[in-house]
Order: sequence, then structure tokens, then C-alpha cells
Amino acid sequence: MEKLYKFLKYSFITIWTVFVVAPFLWALTTSFKDFNSVNGGATYIPWVDFEPKLEGWKVLIKSPAQGGVDIVEPYFNSLFVTCTASLISIVLGTLSAYALSRFTFKAGFVKNNDITFFFISQRIMPPIVLSIPFFLFLGAVNLLDSLIGLIVVYIVLLMPIAVWIMVDFFNKVPREIDETALIDGCNPYQAFFKVVLPNSIPGLIVAGMFCIIFGWIDFFFAFILTFTEVQLLPVKIVALNSSITPWWSLSASALVSVAPLIVVAFIVERYLSKGNLSGAIK
Amino acid sequence: MNLVAENLSYKPDDQFHLNKVSFNFNKGNIYTILGRTLSGKTTLLKTIAGLLTPDSGSIHFEDKDFLKIPVWKRNIAMVYQQFINYPHLNVFDNVAFPLKQRKVDNQEINDVVLKSLKSVGLEGYENRKIQELSGGQQQRVSLARSLVKNAKILLLDEPLVNLDYKLREQLREEFKNIFSQGLSEESIVVFSTTDPREAMELNGEVIAIDEGKVLQVGSAKEIFENPKTLKVAEISNDPPMNILKATIESNKINFEGIDIKIPHHLYNVKHKNFNLGIRASDIELNDNGFEFEVELAEISGSETLLHLKRGDTKIITSIEEVMNFKIHDKVKINFNIDKVYAFDERGILASSPFGGSYV
Repeated sequence: MEKLYKFLKYSFITIWTVFVVAPFLWALTTSFKDFNSVNGGATYIPWVDFEPKLEGWKVLIKSPAQGGVDIVEPYFNSLFVTCTASLISIVLGTLSAYALSRFTFKAGFVKNNDITFFFISQRIMPPIVLSIPFFLFLGAVNLLDSLIGLIVVYIVLLMPIAVWIMVDFFNKVPREIDETALIDGCNPYQAFFKVVLPNSIPGLIVAGMFCIIFGWIDFFFAFILTFTEVQLLPVKIVALNSSITPWWSLSASALVSVAPLIVVAFIVERYLSKGNLSGAIK
Repeated sequence: MNLVAENLSYKPDDQFHLNKVSFNFNKGNIYTILGRTLSGKTTLLKTIAGLLTPDSGSIHFEDKDFLKIPVWKRNIAMVYQQFINYPHLNVFDNVAFPLKQRKVDNQEINDVVLKSLKSVGLEGYENRKIQELSGGQQQRVSLARSLVKNAKILLLDEPLVNLDYKLREQLREEFKNIFSQGLSEESIVVFSTTDPREAMELNGEVIAIDEGKVLQVGSAKEIFENPKTLKVAEISNDPPMNILKATIESNKINFEGIDIKIPHHLYNVKHKNFNLGIRASDIELNDNGFEFEVELAEISGSETLLHLKRGDTKIITSIEEVMNFKIHDKVKINFNIDKVYAFDERGILASSPFGGSYV
């Protein structure tokens, strides 16, 4: 029984690993191919099956004038927009989540839970519903096709995630910890920064991870709210797709765009395995 | 120069958590707030601490209006029944936290913290993480943290309740030691508990509280010997005092078909119907006694608690040894009639074996 269980476990893990890793391997090999090796049937092993070429990668950093596509600028645009929006969302989201978790608000029939739901409800609507108001709003304040406009929109999209995760997290931090800080001579701000926040780092990391992922992978709003001046990475990658699909540079850019998320995943994984996420608050 | 509260009321929902509570706490004394769970003990302590603002009433300390001073400036210390510490700091930094907050100089912090950790028996644990400690040790850390502050008011909210039996006994002893030597004449200690034995052992002034109302104030001995009402008798005894509906007729006490000659101290009870109070420990097994049926027998520590029944009357008795009974066994018991209490129909003490009466 024990052996069967072990066998099933390992076979499942193996199948799953192949399932997850295979597309990456496929993309990796494809990125080193040229037109002939892609269209000449399935080939996998470099130097044996096909001759690796760097053309797919070179195109990415060449300017359009040199016949390239230059994803460097969209790449840094995406990094800048995602990081800025995530940071602001985490700061604002954490503050509002703390308030929603600790203080009682009342405006008519609207109470704490309703406010929390209001934040989350922003994510319930299909994005297409939000696109028109966003477009009109950014147009009115002259922020269409600009990095700042995108940051504003992304904050609206990311802050609910931060609020949602952090409200839940703060609710699990015993109130008595704040109270003890007050009794020990902290004013409410010091209690938050010296005691509550240091104990919330696992929550902040999870919230930050979600913000970065959702910000980084967004294609829809970046596509609708920008035209020529500013381009984000997902839009640029999709734009690569022309009459003859350049599979090699498409694969290369896909790998480059996934790289930051892999870094994030490793950082979070390290935190998870340390047990810091579960054991911080008893 | 004392801690004086007048008519504190707090009613956040449709129930009173505090109902016109007044007290006068003197420096250098220990006060025990005795009440069942949800009786308002924690609310009262939090109100003194400033974590809750009462709806009405006033608190003055050293002639200053305490309600106008925010929590962080009140210079109080509090230990919760849950073991509350700062999880991100190690033991030393936990205890040092209030001193660092006050910007005390580092050398002094070091001395005071080590001394305080020594007094609670946690020498050598300075660099441990809080999560690595047992419950009892965690509670010692929070006690040490509350002691370093040299606060004028020390609030302890059922600090022993979440500990297991042995640790509780041990820590209770240490509390007594710390209170007797470690505290200055300048401090007021307020200790809340559900356990009457704890109140007796701390031997301070006891405030019996129920449903947010102060029922009786007095020494532990006074509350135990002369409980003012049925409620107080219930709170101050564990297991609760047995209360039986009884009548007095021609020098006999009668209940559930049992006739007992009236003891001397009940001669002055004028009511025909009254509530007879008998402590579980004042009932003994006796072959010449009255027959009851066993409903439940539980062994707690070295004593056996017997839940007995006769007709509609249910009583609990404690026997000072471990004995096995089966449900529906018949046992014969006798009452130590010289130790019974009489409460009138309103539940107010009419006569006690120690001569008290509030009628």
C-alpha cells in the first residue's frame, strides 16, 4: 500500500513536471531556430536536429530601423509601471486594510464589510466593462497613451487585491498585540509601524506577489489605453505576430517576459518553505 | 491619590458590559476581580487601561481625570489571558520594548531586563524566539514585560487560565512571591479570575462581579464566609454552592422529604420559605444519611465530584478521595448542618454560620 502510494505520488509529480516544463523547453529550443528549422518538422536537439542561431534573440534588441523589434523599451516600461503601481497599491492597500480590520466604520447601512466588498467588487466586473470608463477618464485628464495613466489604472486594478489579502491577514493578527503596543507606550502610528507591520511581512509578500503578477501579465488595458507613444511588453509581444509568424523571436520574447515572474516565484517559495508564512502568528 | 472610579457604564449592544461600577483602589494593595466568564472582568480592566471608553462614569488616578489621558501615556501594565507577545522580537527585545519606547539608556535597559527575566525564571532565554517557548514561558515573558515598566497600575486579566494545571499552580506561587516582594508600595495590582481558590490565595480585596455589576466588595475571607447574595455564593465557590428550596416548620428544615433539626444560627430566619445553601465540601457520605441517586461522578485531581439527585433536587458533593461510582448507584449522605447558609426568597443572605446577614 505504502509503495503503491509512493509510486502514484512520484508518477503524478513526473507527469506534472513534464506538463509544466515542456512548453518552456519547446520555447527555449524554438528561440534558437531559424525559419527553416521551424518549418521543417519537429526538431528538438540543438546541433543534432538543427543548427542553433541567435537571430531570434538579436532581433529583440535591434531598433526597427535595423530590421529589429526592440522590446527593451517596452520591457522597462512594463517593469516601471508594474513596480510603481504595485508599490503604491501595497502601501495604500495595507493602510486601508488595517483601518478596515481594526476600526469600525459606519455610514448609514454601509459598514466595514461593505467597504471591503466594494474594493473587491472592482475585480468582479469583466475588464471590458471597465475599459470604456477608463478610456474616457484618461482622455479627460489627458493621460491616454502615457505611463502615468497606465499606473493610475493599474492601481485601481491592483489595490483591491492588496486590500483583500491584507484585511484577511490583519484579521488574523490578534488585536491584543496592537493593544499591548499601546499599553507599552506606542501611539497608534507607532503601534502600526513598530509592531503590526513587522509581523505582517508574510502577508505583504503574498500581496506584493499577486500585484506584480497581475500587473505584469495585463494585456487588455495596456492594449486599449496606449497607442504609439508608450508600449508595454505584452502588447509589443503580440504585435510581433505578422503575416509570417516569427516563432523564434516570439519564443525568445516570451521567455524574457516570464523571467521576472520566475524570480518572484523563487523569492516567495523561499519564504513559504521557511515556514514564515504560517508560523508568524500563533 | 488612589484609583477611583465612579458609576462606570458600558453598553455596546443591548447588554450591559459594565453597569454603574464604582471602586476605590489604594496603592500597595492587590485587588481581585472575581466573576464568571463574560461577567465584565476584561471590560473593566480594559476600561482602566484606556482601551475602552465607558459610555458614562469617571475614572480618576492621582486626582487626574484618567479618561482624558490616552492609553500610551497612562503608564500601566497589562497581562492578557492569551499569551500576548511580539512575535517578531526575541525574548530580550520583547521585555525591553516598553523601555526602548521610553528611550531609556541601553545599559539600564540591559540591567533591568535581565533582572526581570531572572525574577520570572527565564534566565538564559534572552535570545530565544517567542514561538520556541511553551505557553507558560510565553506568559512569563509577558509578565516580565509588564514588570520592567514599574507601572503604577498592573492589570492581570486571568493570566493563569490558559495554562495547564501544574503550570498554573507553579506560576500562581510565583505570582504571590512577585507581588509580595517585587512591587513597590506605589503600585496597584488588579487581578481578574474566575477561580475562587485563586482569589483566596492572593488574599487581597475581592470584587465579586456579575453581568457588569459589582455584587460585593470585601476581603477574600469575608466574601467566602458571608456571601451577600446567592450569585456571590455561586461565584465564590467551586463547585458552586448547592442551593435548595427549603421550608422551616416547627424547628425543622424541610426539603425534598428530608427533615433536619434547625441549627442555632438559623433561628433568626423568619421566612417560612427560603433558599438553603450547602457547600459541596460540607456534604459527606454517611451510612445513616439520606438516600440520593448518582447522576454523574467525575474525578478531578485527588477528589471526586458527585452529582446527586433526589426527586427534583440536584446537588453536587465533593469527596476528598478518588472513588468509583456507577450512574444510578444509591448513596447515603449527610449534611454538615452547622455550616449551611440561608438566603431569603430574593436571594439575599439571611444567615450564615459566620454570623453574617444582609436582611
